[in-house]
Amino acid sequence: MITIQVNGTSRQIDIEPDTPLLWVLRDVIGLTGTKFGCGIAQCGACTVHINGAAMRSCSVPIGALDGAKIVTIEGLSPDNSHPVQRAWIEESVPQCGYCQSGQIMAVAAFLKTFAKPTDADIDANVTNICRCGTYPALRRAIHRAANAVKA
Amino acid sequence: MRATRVAPDLSRRQVIFTAGSAAGGLLIGIGMAAAPGGARAATVSNKPWDDKDSAPHELDAWIAIDPDDSVLIRYQRAEMGQGSMTALPMLITEELQCDWSKVRIEYASATRNARENRVYGNMYSHGSMSVRESQKMVQQVGASARERLIAAAAARWKVPASDCMAAQSVVTHRPSGRTLRYGELAAAAAKIKLAKEPTIKTPAQFSFLPRRMPRVDVAHKTDGAAKFGIDAQVPGMVFAAIAACPVPGGKLKAVDESVLSGAPGIVAIVKLDHAVAVVATDSFWRAKRALSRLQPQWDVGAAGLVNSAQLSKDFRAALGAKMVVARNDGDVAKAMSRGARTFEAIYETPYLSHSPMEPMNATVNLQADRLDVWVGSQDAEGALHAAATASGLEPEQVHVHNAFLGGGFGRRDGNDEIVQAIAIAKVVKRPVKLIWTREEDMRHDRFRPHAVVAFKAATGSDGLPTAWSMRIVTSSIFQSVGIPFPPDKAEPPAVDGLVSNGYAVPNQRIELLLKNTHLPVWFYRAPGANQHVFAIEGFLDEIAAANRLDPYRLRRKLLAGKPDWIKVLDIAAQKGDWGKPLPRGSGRGIAICNFTDSLCAQVAEVTVKPSGEVKVDRVTVVLDTRNMVNPQTIVEQAESSVIFGLTAALYGKITIKDGAAVQGNFDTYRMVRLAEAPKIDVHLAPSGGEVWGGAGEPAVPPVIAAVANAIFAATGKRIRTLPIVDNDLRSA
Ligand code: FES
Ligand code: FES
Repeated sequence: MITIQVNGTSRQIDIEPDTPLLWVLRDVIGLTGTKFGCGIAQCGACTVHINGAAMRSCSVPIGALDGAKIVTIEGLSPDNSHPVQRAWIEESVPQCGYCQSGQIMAVAAFLKTFAKPTDADIDANVTNICRCGTYPALRRAIHRAANAVKA
Repeated sequence: MRATRVAPDLSRRQVIFTAGSAAGGLLIGIGMAAAPGGARAATVSNKPWDDKDSAPHELDAWIAIDPDDSVLIRYQRAEMGQGSMTALPMLITEELQCDWSKVRIEYASATRNARENRVYGNMYSHGSMSVRESQKMVQQVGASARERLIAAAAARWKVPASDCMAAQSVVTHRPSGRTLRYGELAAAAAKIKLAKEPTIKTPAQFSFLPRRMPRVDVAHKTDGAAKFGIDAQVPGMVFAAIAACPVPGGKLKAVDESVLSGAPGIVAIVKLDHAVAVVATDSFWRAKRALSRLQPQWDVGAAGLVNSAQLSKDFRAALGAKMVVARNDGDVAKAMSRGARTFEAIYETPYLSHSPMEPMNATVNLQADRLDVWVGSQDAEGALHAAATASGLEPEQVHVHNAFLGGGFGRRDGNDEIVQAIAIAKVVKRPVKLIWTREEDMRHDRFRPHAVVAFKAATGSDGLPTAWSMRIVTSSIFQSVGIPFPPDKAEPPAVDGLVSNGYAVPNQRIELLLKNTHLPVWFYRAPGANQHVFAIEGFLDEIAAANRLDPYRLRRKLLAGKPDWIKVLDIAAQKGDWGKPLPRGSGRGIAICNFTDSLCAQVAEVTVKPSGEVKVDRVTVVLDTRNMVNPQTIVEQAESSVIFGLTAALYGKITIKDGAAVQGNFDTYRMVRLAEAPKIDVHLAPSGGEVWGGAGEPAVPPVIAAVANAIFAATGKRIRTLPIVDNDLRSA
């Protein structure tokens, strides 16, 4: 039995320890905002926060997470009001939207380290794939979110 | 319970988007999870999951107006990020003269379409058809409803309808100034049959459009609320993973099931003709892991000998064969013999994978007299009929709960995942969620075809081409999809981008040979043009370079008499700084095409490092869609198309080895990421008129050509084979 905290709620998970966190979140707990894109830590669609750090949950086995605090897109804010979410809406970033939970979680963690990122910082650290090619809007939204946090 | 979402104010108009939530018991599963995030369900995405395909206060199958004036508009296409879920209701709103802030949008029911004589018409989203094909129909829907509301008011006041007008959800009797709200009139209007359908507005008569409007689905896609097909949750469902024969068309010969005996949580191993699936109780992961332990044996036949190098040779060898004529202007042979100079080149483009971010999946609940399918499909109606056939039920017994699509690009209408899920459900007799792994999704894609084009041209003493011929060998998308087409004619997707060239070359001959393999091929974003525009625009650039002509000016000359093309080209050259000096190692390329009745010209700026690495620095896009509903989404689609085209240009290739696709995931099938995304400037230049051009595709083809041409400008090396990464661009 593994105990994790997901979006503030404690959960007992009884499943093989090699099961990736992604599938525990989606299939066992029923939080489907975190998406499956590749399963090999390539695309970032499955990004969540584990103890505050952005991680690709398809490649993190649940067995390594006893006691961990996990935040998913559903727990980022109660009402879509996190500065990154607001910036995403204002810049109309999502197209199909499938990658965007992961993008938002990745950027929310990124901005904790890079409060006022340069384009080079963004290029080096925001590496999730968006097949719809929302990158121009995404870059604008990152800067917008950074400015909002600062303000 | 209702949820309300306020979208940002892009046009100084607040748009409030509301819909019923999943709190009612009629929805299966969505929002039922015990988790806090699961309790708040998405507003727009709930409706596709709803059985109820009619509403109180309906005027007709499309529109319902509640007493409080809120307007329900049904949307019959598929939302995959292209914005038609916003654009089509905006078109209805233009005619209905309702208050956009009171509009809520629901998916139309494919079952009702089957039951009510196709009241929603075609439901598919491809070929940039959502607006282009539905525009007249949905405008008529809005106009009829408006006239019926006016007629209801006129009857109540006992005045001529011609004295009444409608605006912002209110009918006004002009002489007296009396008013009635739509909500007060809807019940009476629903009973009115018009003697004659009203004439719809021409774009010049629009008062509401074009208008930059936030897409209604955006806010659902920032907090995990938007439900995609893969997110379906049905009580009692089990999870399936599948492996189809790696060589398309091959059959399952045998599989040793004993390796899984005693494995916990395994419900079944399901053997299908072409595939084997494992079904598990509690998670997709369990099914996938168990499946990877099976070692199925396949019967692949001769297809197992096919590889890319041989295939390329075969296609090139066929260039001399007898072909079907797609276009024949003037006398190419005669003009060729009289040219001052002649040119020849062969261009080749590989198989590509669609790779939408959401891998293929379907969830089905098959009962004796009812089938529910949760899926993201580009064609809910096609999905319904495929599901009816596979299950043996009547179309009216099938309910397709279409969801948001996690990307489509032409892939999400083959229904193969639905048919598989139904076959599995027949065995396990429980609701099943089938998910394809990324590897399954990529290797069992129905690919963008491989194509080879052989060009010949003759130029006159001024360097302008007087004749050109193009001989194409590629595979038939129509035959693969099952669209009947006469064999003595050239099917459009095989020649699009070549036949549709706008150049005044007096003698042109374009011919096609279809050569099919065991690999299924399919529509892709901008089919045909996504490979052929690269070829023709590259070849034209070769002619320009050899004759020392500026590529932009050469195109301009060849487009004489086509002011709409020239305008788009000129703006691209001007905004893209054509002719301005660039540092060594950098270059600009230009390209133009006509696709889905839209014109698009682009200028790309690239830098090629001595190592051969290509960086696309900037892309200028000029797009003429003729008319526009929502410029916001047109710009978004242009940017999206540029990135999509860049992935195809720089990296995209499916290699075939022993009959199977080699690439299986994003580590081997590389995607453009944020760091590689160029600066993209989009300029919209709608030329008006009665034609509506598409927005989702026309910016894909030119970027590939413009980048390849820019590489030539930077390095002197001509790209004739894609992807660019396969070309050696190192400087000595
Ligand atoms: S699904 Fe985890 S990185 Fe792609
Ligand atoms: S919005 Fe579609 S993949 Fe990113």
